[in-house]
Amino acid sequence: MTVSISFQLNGTSAQLDVADSQLLVEALRQHGSTGTHIGCDTSQCGACVIHVDGKSVKSCTMLAVQVDGKSVTTIEGLTQGQAEDMHPMQQAFKQHHGLQCGYCTPGMVMSAIDLVNHNPDPDEKQIREWLEGNICRCTGYHNIVKAVKHGAQMMREV
Amino acid sequence: MAKTGIGEAVARREDYRFLTGQGKYVDDINLFNQAHAWIVRSPFAHATINSIDKDDAAQMPGVVAIYTSEDFSGAGGVPCGWQVNNKDGSPMNEPKHPILAEGKVRHVGDPVALVIAQTRQQARNAAEAIIIDYTELAPAIDMKAALEPDSAVIHDEVGSNLCFDWELGDKAATEAAFEDAHHVTRLDLINNRLVANPMEPRAAIGDYDSSTGEYTLYTTSQNPHVIRLLMGAFVLNIPEHKLRVYAPDVGGGFGSKIYHYAEEAMMTWAAGQLKRPVKWTAERSESFMSDAHGRDHVTHVELALDENGKFLALRCNTLANMGAYLSTFAPCVPTYLHATLLAGQYTTPVIYCEIKAVFTNTVPVDAYRGAGRPEATYLIERVVDVAAREMNIDPAELRRRNFIQPDQFPYDTPVALTYDTGNYEATLDQAMEAADYSGFEARKREAAARGKLRGIGLSCYIEACGIAPSNVVGALGARAGLYEVATVRVNPTGSVTVLTGSHSHGQGHETTFAQVVSDMLGIDYDAVDIVHGDTAKVPFGMGTYGSRSIAVGGSAIYRSVEKVISKAKKIAAHLMEADVSDIEFENGEFKVAGTDKATAFGDVALTAYVPHNYPLEELEPGLEETSFYDPANFTYPAGTYICEVEIDPETGVVEVMSFHASDDFGNIINPMIVEGQVHGGLAQGIGQALLERCVYDEQGQLLTGSYMDYCMPRADDLPSFSVDTTVTACTHNPLGVKGCGEAGAIGSPPAIINAVVNALSDYNVTHIDMPATPMKVWQHLSNGRG
Amino acid sequence: MYQFAYHHPDNLNQAKELLTAEESKPIAGGMTLIPTLKQRLAAYESLVDLSSIAELQGISETSESIRIGAMTTHSDVHHSDTIKTKIPALSHLAGSIGDVQVRNRGTLGGSIANADPAADYPAAVVGLGATIHTAERDIAADNFFTALFETALKENEIITAVSFPVPEKAGYAKFANPASRYAIVGVMAVKTRSGIRVAVTGAAGSVFRVPEMEQALGDAFTADAVRGIAVSSAEFNSDMHATADYRGHLVSVMAARAVDAANA
Repeated sequence: MTVSISFQLNGTSAQLDVADSQLLVEALRQHGSTGTHIGCDTSQCGACVIHVDGKSVKSCTMLAVQVDGKSVTTIEGLTQGQAEDMHPMQQAFKQHHGLQCGYCTPGMVMSAIDLVNHNPDPDEKQIREWLEGNICRCTGYHNIVKAVKHGAQMMREV
Repeated sequence: MAKTGIGEAVARREDYRFLTGQGKYVDDINLFNQAHAWIVRSPFAHATINSIDKDDAAQMPGVVAIYTSEDFSGAGGVPCGWQVNNKDGSPMNEPKHPILAEGKVRHVGDPVALVIAQTRQQARNAAEAIIIDYTELAPAIDMKAALEPDSAVIHDEVGSNLCFDWELGDKAATEAAFEDAHHVTRLDLINNRLVANPMEPRAAIGDYDSSTGEYTLYTTSQNPHVIRLLMGAFVLNIPEHKLRVYAPDVGGGFGSKIYHYAEEAMMTWAAGQLKRPVKWTAERSESFMSDAHGRDHVTHVELALDENGKFLALRCNTLANMGAYLSTFAPCVPTYLHATLLAGQYTTPVIYCEIKAVFTNTVPVDAYRGAGRPEATYLIERVVDVAAREMNIDPAELRRRNFIQPDQFPYDTPVALTYDTGNYEATLDQAMEAADYSGFEARKREAAARGKLRGIGLSCYIEACGIAPSNVVGALGARAGLYEVATVRVNPTGSVTVLTGSHSHGQGHETTFAQVVSDMLGIDYDAVDIVHGDTAKVPFGMGTYGSRSIAVGGSAIYRSVEKVISKAKKIAAHLMEADVSDIEFENGEFKVAGTDKATAFGDVALTAYVPHNYPLEELEPGLEETSFYDPANFTYPAGTYICEVEIDPETGVVEVMSFHASDDFGNIINPMIVEGQVHGGLAQGIGQALLERCVYDEQGQLLTGSYMDYCMPRADDLPSFSVDTTVTACTHNPLGVKGCGEAGAIGSPPAIINAVVNALSDYNVTHIDMPATPMKVWQHLSNGRG
Repeated sequence: MYQFAYHHPDNLNQAKELLTAEESKPIAGGMTLIPTLKQRLAAYESLVDLSSIAELQGISETSESIRIGAMTTHSDVHHSDTIKTKIPALSHLAGSIGDVQVRNRGTLGGSIANADPAADYPAAVVGLGATIHTAERDIAADNFFTALFETALKENEIITAVSFPVPEKAGYAKFANPASRYAIVGVMAVKTRSGIRVAVTGAAGSVFRVPEMEQALGDAFTADAVRGIAVSSAEFNSDMHATADYRGHLVSVMAARAVDAANA
């Protein structure tokens, strides 16, 4: 069965026709938001993390129909109106080399922003624990932790 | 102005696209009229295929085609790129690795049928409707058992499960040295099987243009040219000028994306059959049973020492798992990349090793970050540590007594390599200082007061990188030369496009290589672009693996820039009416020595393409140079890693409290990127030592087939790292660089295990196999208490 | 995934009606169900999403207990000031489930209805002696979890809420599977006005209580009281991550840590 859903996608209204059983991540990717990635099939890697109504979720473990009427932010939605065309957290990841191959990065950034929304000044332990649902194979997390710390500081200063 | 030259920590230009979701990975690409593939894979480790009934499946909605092995009868098998000979000189057993299983399946995940439909969902539905009748056979899973006469034989044409029986070193001299030894340390150890797990699963799209007869393969590869060569020449018989292989942004590789995989050939071939694009993307669970795995060695090692702790000889024998088929690099990993490193940083005068490579009913095993060198480092650095304890010599001191000294370079090891340069003691000293080695006892006491067992471990690794000098590896059995190519194209207005055969899948080449070129040419960093990954654009190159990109790919770029400067000087000399020997090039300007005459690089470039005032009779127009750089030797990064762990004696949980890495990578282009490479390697090495393992049960079912059971290191499993470098410049490449991609994964596992064993020293523990999981540590603690 | 129809009723009656259809399945947060469907390990004609039903929402407090709507997410339980004040161990337990994103979607009702032997919530429900409210009846925690992935729920019986009596003190200690982060062993140790309850998840096919530990803690509610008590691991789960023996050992260690947490 196909249904039509309406939701806010990165600040603009979107209408999509989706199958009842379609995963949100697939719908987003088919719609062109290919910054949201798929890295596993057991809901663990976090490459697909987006925000739904301001909270971070794994879009591989939600149905597209479940965002009907909701507000969705993906990595592509962070840049609008930002200095250097990037959100402070994105800038911090670049400055601290918090990414290598870039595949886990969108989910990592979305997760990190959700952390700072909850805790504006997280310490290293809190950052590491918060990111347990985001797997990175490249960086060893060292620079991600540094980036999130600095990104939090920049978000506080905005 | 921002500093962007060699040695500067330039923020990466790649990052904007990755951070804003604009990276273009294979699965992000969708072509017009694209069909979707689903691959039916064997549920059994070892079985004969009696029949495949695809009639019902063919009638399912959306099905375009279903292919089985008969459809690929015109294709070759997946080729192996390396040859290893047995002790007696006879070639290794190299059974066919078919694109789709031919009458028999040999591991769980072995592809049996290819289903193509309008949508992926439809292809998967149809795949479930294919009826395959199997007869299960006894599997051969354990390597030792697989070599027994009563074992099931995986490849009937081979007759046993032995791939090759190989040796290196002087057996007689080694045995003699052992006989005279004051002390012999013996150790059995396992280098645990791992799965590379780049976060981007493999994917491939085949496309065919019937108007030109040209095939295009979009693939998640570390070396698109090698895929074009192997697949075009050995599998599908497509001439290279009709085959384009494009590896766009690739989400990590760590070795697992070097190899030519059957899925690449399936998509390319099917696109030609169907005259439409066909796409396949692996699910993660599919990656676990189809990406080449890594490591999986079982080793017995012995070290002979004199009364002062001087190493007299080392010998070892190893069983190396090849899996069910030979993957592209597989035979060279336990041999040329492993046995040749068994001298480590030490003056051990004689070494002998035997390697038996074994087929088992498991996924093929191939190079994974470090590839052979982590296994060599692990066995050396473990046996040295055990020897230190047995002889009651401080582990750092024992290593120090045996280091190759700076004045001994170039140093010929007894296992076929010549180290060009190094200063191992300086690196050890720097690491010990940074890690506060001497303060350990106080930290141990403080931990004991908290009820924790604290241990310290170190490891002094060496690796052979910059793979590889063609004459050396050709003699060893490589079927290709491992040079690298670069074209430096100066555009008419003075900007530069660099075409490199190296491939970046996280390493940041677009930044680093631009730093090198802009620095050499004295032009703006932003005026240099790096192009890679597309065989339609780049000359025939060899790709990225074995920490080779800067040492080999960077050297090719360097040579091309030199050629550009040399030609540009001639043009400048003409423009300024001077002799070319008087032309100096500095900061992007050509000057006539001793005068104030100067002309800018951009003006020379324009002149080369608008050659009105130009020495056409002596010089061709244009300013573009290509170099194929074949290294004279491997490079030899080396370093000392020191870590401290704390063990919770109640649960056996090991926590890494600190980790310091001192590495000698030679000269460094971008220290920020180098540090990032070390961090990532350390995480994978610590993962191997404490968390990761690939486990098959006795029936050959993969027990660690998802992240539910295969333990990937997460942010809260790891500490922040401390890293620094020492420098002895490589003597035989123009940048003096050695490469840094694999070091972290090579040096860290023994450092961790040495620390764990040290922490357990009061419990009568001399060795613990990787990964040192809480349960394993608890079992050792219980036995020690007993 | 196999195809299915999706319904999202906004009241309980509508949900019950939809669930009478053949091969229908309620979906709460979907944190277990969706991965199961993705891997084609299950197929349903229809899914009935319970998450927007008002009757299943909210956290309310009486003098004796806290009532948590079945569709309350783990995050909401974790962050609830009421729960942090009255049953901090429950807040802590909810905050240890999965990862942040799982906690933002996964629900109390979904978790206990699924009755995964390695889930955290069963330890809280049994340890705290909670009452499970369904649209039809109330079920005592001790009667709720019946076997591996089995509960006392009848076909299509919907959990509406769970009431947790406020204990005198409670602590939860978990030894997580390093890969999946589910509990290899999780122990909830609780001192209530009416007695001691010790509930263990992860170790066996279903959550269970440990009478010998409860008795010992009744005499002295200290970690030392349970540390030496060895539980029989004969029926325990055994896998590559933890043998039954090791799980048995961990039950004692985690019980002691749970008591320490309760006393902290």
